[in-house]
Amino acid sequence: MIALDEAQAATIREHGLRTYPEECCGALLGRFVDGLAVVELAWPIVNVRPDTRRRRFLVDPRDYLTVEREAARRGLEVLGFYHSHPDHPALPSEFDRQHAWPNLHYVIVEVDAGVPREITSWLLSEDRSIMREERILPARRTA
Amino acid sequence: MPKIALPTPLRPYAGGRDSVDAEGTTVGEALAALTAQHPPLQRHLFDEAGRLRSFVNVYRGDEDVRFLDGAATPLAEDDTLWIVPSIAGGAPTTEEAAPPLTNDEIRRYSRHLIIPEVGLAGQRKLKAASVLCVGAGGLGSPFSLYLAAAGVGTLGIVDFDVVDDSNLQRQILHGTSDVGRKKLESAAARLWDINPNVRVVPHDTRLSAVNALDILRDYDVVADGTDNFPTRYLVNDACVLLGKPNVYASIYRFEGQASVFFAEKGPCYRCLYREPPPPGLVPSCAEGGVLGILPGLLGVIQATETVKLLLGIGEPLIGRLLLVDALGLRFRELKLRKDPDCVLCGPNATQRTLIDYDQFCGIPHPEAAGPSEMSVEELKAKIDRGDNFVLLDVREPHEVEIAALPGSVRIPLRQLPEQLDRLDPAAEIVVHCKLGPRSTRAVKLLREAGFPRVWNLSGGIDRWAERIDPGVPRY
Repeated sequence: MIALDEAQAATIREHGLRTYPEECCGALLGRFVDGLAVVELAWPIVNVRPDTRRRRFLVDPRDYLTVEREAARRGLEVLGFYHSHPDHPALPSEFDRQHAWPNLHYVIVEVDAGVPREITSWLLSEDRSIMREERILPARRTA
Repeated sequence: MPKIALPTPLRPYAGGRDSVDAEGTTVGEALAALTAQHPPLQRHLFDEAGRLRSFVNVYRGDEDVRFLDGAATPLAEDDTLWIVPSIAGGAPTTEEAAPPLTNDEIRRYSRHLIIPEVGLAGQRKLKAASVLCVGAGGLGSPFSLYLAAAGVGTLGIVDFDVVDDSNLQRQILHGTSDVGRKKLESAAARLWDINPNVRVVPHDTRLSAVNALDILRDYDVVADGTDNFPTRYLVNDACVLLGKPNVYASIYRFEGQASVFFAEKGPCYRCLYREPPPPGLVPSCAEGGVLGILPGLLGVIQATETVKLLLGIGEPLIGRLLLVDALGLRFRELKLRKDPDCVLCGPNATQRTLIDYDQFCGIPHPEAAGPSEMSVEELKAKIDRGDNFVLLDVREPHEVEIAALPGSVRIPLRQLPEQLDRLDPAAEIVVHCKLGPRSTRAVKLLREAGFPRVWNLSGGIDRWAERIDPGVPRY
């Protein structure tokens, strides 16, 4: 389970709206509270795909390292990443599954004709065979 | 001993540590040592074939080992290897969104599925694809039959015609029992029988500048199976404007040509022929005839090119014009280049919309029969009144042998310029051919040569046979 409060959800929607019709992406930093991943910061990152940004996103490995360093500096964990699906439901694609890392929360926002819609969250199964949906708790629950 | 620094998602496999020691003198050895200590890492770092997954980056210091020696990159005792994720993903592409195959389809397409270049993924692409066939005639017949059999998911057909006896010699989509039926109905029934998995979309209309963009818009590939210049330019222009590949073929007697016009990757039809020939100069198959088998050859080439484009395999006929000579059975190939001055697909293109293609090709509007046109009914009245005039037949001798009007003077169009002295410039002359185009040219030629009282018989001997004398055979 993941906790995503309205302020962070708004950041994700707003980012998806800004990059529409291309995909947006960003990191989710936060902490674990009794097994619950609580997002404290949704951090927009540049989609560095050189092509097909309407259907693909890529985080530069150097940006990934920056995210890890920044998380450590703030005493937070890298909980996962978010991206948008322009004009497509917030369901993970086969490409999402193939490229997913374990133990990271993948948050997807559907942006339909420029209007942000549903936000969902997914985790890769340990055998890599599927992405499992998880509940998103709206309220922030910090220790 | 070298160290391996782990990113957050992999730390749970190493008891939460952010780095581990790994014995080895190369990157490959150190990674093997890492997965030996923590076996679940194997499937996350390596694919089934044992290759590092594309989204796993390994750095020695600040250098990506892919740009060093890969797994053989040497490691010193105090080196640190960094495993850095590429975080990637995205919405499903058309390819991934392609529908799965049912067990029936898997049985039906098994000869495709076992070709590596097609396979399950390719067959699903075909199922997801949509192709428009302009014309359900000679070329459209083998084209649509094979594409339906191949499992193309959606097959649109544009045609407004009715099956005629004279179609059956080559239009194998239709049978004798279909004569008099709409070609679209006959085609849909035949294609349904070949493969009920295919959605046949009928467009019961004449393709025109008004409807072409709307009709073509929904299709991935367009095949031109028409036999006239206005439609050929129309299909070409609409495809260029919509960014679609146009799989082209044309046929005449024993010769055919084929190409793929795809302006994004090569020339368009206008790069090859900037302007249409003067009307009547290049006879249609209806006027000049065609070996019935020839559209079979060329239509199958169009089907082959279409399937290749849909699958993304092989070398498409883009930028190449294939010339087929059935008599010599020779295939020749001409290189085509993009015309830098092409008004449609060149860098300084000026044409952004469809135009009036009949006017472009110099074809008079059918309702606006010029002052030089005479109807078959008027000719009949003239004959019945016993008017004094010359009936000039400009068809070839082998056509005259099939059917002719009594009392006509016979001079084939190509010999007319040298045989003008056989005609009296003061006489009233009514010229006919089979359908009208050649006699139209003859009328123009005679007028220019100083014959003022010349008429063109609208619809030629064919319309005479249709409306006046059913005893004259139609061919």
